[in-house]
Amino acid sequence: METASQTIEPKTNYLNADYGVKSWLLTTDHKRIAILYLISITAFFFLGGFFAMLIRLELLTPAGDLVLSDTYNKLFTMHGVVMIFLFLVPSIPAVFGNFLVPMMIGAKDLAFPKLNLASWYIFILGGAFILYSILTGGLDTGWTFYTPYSTTYSNTNVISAAIGVFIAGFSSIFTGLNIIVTVHRMRAPGLTWKRLPLFIWAHYATSVVMVLGTPVLAITIVLVALERLFHFGIFDARLGGDPLLFQHLFWFYSHPAVYIMILPSMGVMSEVIACFSRKRPFGYDFIAMSSVAIAVLGFLVWAHHMYVAGISTYAAMIFSMLTFFVAIPSAVKVFNWTATLYKGSITFQTPMLYAFAFIGLFTIGGLTGVFLGAVAIDLHVTDTYFVVAHFHYVMVGGGVTGFLCALHFWWPKMTGKMYPEAFAKLSAVLVFVGFNLTFFPQFLLGYMGMPRRYHAYPPEFQVLNVLSTAGASILAVGFLMPMIYFAWSLKYGDEAGPNPYHAAGLEWQTASPPTTFNFEETPVVTWEAYNYDEIDRTAKGVEVAG
Amino acid sequence: MAGHVDALYFALVAMAAFFTFLVSALILFFAIRYRKERSPEATQIHGSTALELLWTGIPLGIVMIIFVWSSVIFFMQTRPPKGAMEVYTVGKQWMWKFQHTEGQREINELHVPAGRDVRMIMTSQDTIHSFYVPAFRIKADVLPGRYTSTWFRATTPGRYHLFCAEYCGTQHSGMVGEVIVMEPADYDRWASGGVDGSLASAGEKSFQQYGCSMCHRADAAGRGPNLIGVFGRPVLLDDGRTVTADESYVRESILNPGAKIASGFKNIMPTFEGQLSEEEVIGLVAYVKALGNGTANLPIPVSEPNSGDYPVAPKAEGSAAKSDKTATPAGRATQSTPVKPEAKP
Repeated sequence: METASQTIEPKTNYLNADYGVKSWLLTTDHKRIAILYLISITAFFFLGGFFAMLIRLELLTPAGDLVLSDTYNKLFTMHGVVMIFLFLVPSIPAVFGNFLVPMMIGAKDLAFPKLNLASWYIFILGGAFILYSILTGGLDTGWTFYTPYSTTYSNTNVISAAIGVFIAGFSSIFTGLNIIVTVHRMRAPGLTWKRLPLFIWAHYATSVVMVLGTPVLAITIVLVALERLFHFGIFDARLGGDPLLFQHLFWFYSHPAVYIMILPSMGVMSEVIACFSRKRPFGYDFIAMSSVAIAVLGFLVWAHHMYVAGISTYAAMIFSMLTFFVAIPSAVKVFNWTATLYKGSITFQTPMLYAFAFIGLFTIGGLTGVFLGAVAIDLHVTDTYFVVAHFHYVMVGGGVTGFLCALHFWWPKMTGKMYPEAFAKLSAVLVFVGFNLTFFPQFLLGYMGMPRRYHAYPPEFQVLNVLSTAGASILAVGFLMPMIYFAWSLKYGDEAGPNPYHAAGLEWQTASPPTTFNFEETPVVTWEAYNYDEIDRTAKGVEVAG
Repeated sequence: MAGHVDALYFALVAMAAFFTFLVSALILFFAIRYRKERSPEATQIHGSTALELLWTGIPLGIVMIIFVWSSVIFFMQTRPPKGAMEVYTVGKQWMWKFQHTEGQREINELHVPAGRDVRMIMTSQDTIHSFYVPAFRIKADVLPGRYTSTWFRATTPGRYHLFCAEYCGTQHSGMVGEVIVMEPADYDRWASGGVDGSLASAGEKSFQQYGCSMCHRADAAGRGPNLIGVFGRPVLLDDGRTVTADESYVRESILNPGAKIASGFKNIMPTFEGQLSEEEVIGLVAYVKALGNGTANLPIPVSEPNSGDYPVAPKAEGSAAKSDKTATPAGRATQSTPVKPEAKP
């Protein structure tokens, strides 16, 4: 623990150990690969955000007057494809999982450093195919690639986009594999499973879903390509196929994929809330096990996307019941985080503000999921803006908020610099307000019956759409601000020191930025995770002694 | 129905609001009460199994109540009452086509009487669409290659939005229409005005035109099953299974006859896949249905053609190759076998 107070910074760290483009493109350092991922997914995030802005501008008026309907269809498709496959799926696992998993367990690197670099190249190759399909005319199938539209009726670049998604999937599988093996094999001496930070538990559960789910998506995509190119009768009824088969296969991956996007954020919350309450998380075992429960149950609920698609009454009911079960572990997490605050000693730095935002937004996202799980209600609101609002509350309110929270929390560790606190707090507030203004009206729109993926809409829906677009503009400012102040902080930010938040966790016991191999010597762990009482006692002792 | 759905919906809104406010209020309270200035030192608490069980158990109980409540409504939503009037629907890029049993056809407008149960029997000519009337709180996907159905009972005359809710391409947002709910008397007047025959009578014409009546005769001497009184009853298949002769079974038996052979008959019927439009298939289904309840003219047997070949529609020239391509293995077997061997004697 004494290392936490060390003040002499090593002259070399992973950022300045080597210079030049080659040293980055050929690196096998998990931290540098995390930075490569951070830069690439941020670029994709703003590309996807650009499409979203055009969508919101089109929907400002009921008539389809800004872009053509074909263009609009491409915009929401490309927004979805880029945001899901190129931002949300890799976001936290590939950036923060990559950076932090080895550091949190006291390891020098991930188990397979070269595979790790390969998975970034695979991701970029997949991204290149998707960019190619966007630049050469776009894609209009919706991110869901529903058949037979995607295999027979769409005249857009389905094949190149499908190849892109197929390839990017492997990067996700490799990252998952790497994390699983690393957590099993490379924990520091004394770091038992029950001493692991909850971030690790969440990433472990996520990785299992990545490794088991993604191959199903890959196979499904191949089948779509086979039918589109060679007219194999798999999904098209006219060729003897079954369009519902596609939906079963697709959602078998894509529902668990929702948990790929949200579980890592939950891991971030457990770290951040504990740190800024100076407390061990309430109910460690239950939070850890609920991650595992979500990963398992997440595979059993896919057909709740298909209640109206033509599945049998009893199938719909069984999936409805299983869907209600999967709501429980998420609720348990929310209650435990809230209880963690009880009798804490709370401060309100930016990451904590994001954590509060996360709990609120994710609670609404989760509870509206209960609405959709109830078949009787789903029949009315599925494929409307209610669903759009629901999954944005989970994906953005949960996923992106979690990502921003993590970025603020570990930025000092990654770069050695502090971000400007006041601007950061302002952006957190803008994100929260802008987000709610954008997406809350969409719940109302959905209940009123506005279908999703509509280029033009009846005039009675306009007021709420205008509110939503206004919110999106605020949200955009909230997202752009961190870009600027993080870049600014690289040069002008205050020195962070090894542990600016006095946080627990092995990653804080080494320099900021860390050296290439993370630790001077492999730590030996003799304490439980989240030993905030010890840290604070030591800090007080130092003060008193000083 | 809309009332039931709304009741559940607002109960859920209340539940969601309660939990959102509970969590937000607790966070706010803790954040103020235990901020560092007032609570300089945290008290370490490892957890409480009793609390964990409590906040696992209560939500579980709540969602199970919701599950039962929602399932009861869902059963009502999916089981059409007996005696509902039927409207056949074909979705295509990018319009809705409706055919009433009385013979009226409409596009993007659906006239229905208030206070009567209406069952929609729907299929798509191309990609997946979804029939959505927000005011009735119902939605059902419309798939190619099969029938799906939903039902509603409109209570108040008026005009209601009809949307396609499953993304279907360029003019998806233009695939909209109106459900026009009329007073029953007005509807009856509308339905009987200017029609040249019911849907079943259109089906009867196809039944003769495509030579169905050659084998499916009104007596027991045909090579295919006698279809009188069959609809809605269980059919024993040659593999021992039993299916109910509903719209989907009739449709499948026309387009893929080899899939489920009625017991005692040979797999000799050629497929009509690719030869009939969706509207013609619907006419035939309506005719078979009318034969089932005795409201249609009986089929008139066609005399045996000399060749022993099966009569097909006049436009079917060259379509043998086409249907060959689209036939399933079972269908293909019927194509090659019956024509040639039977021509020999």
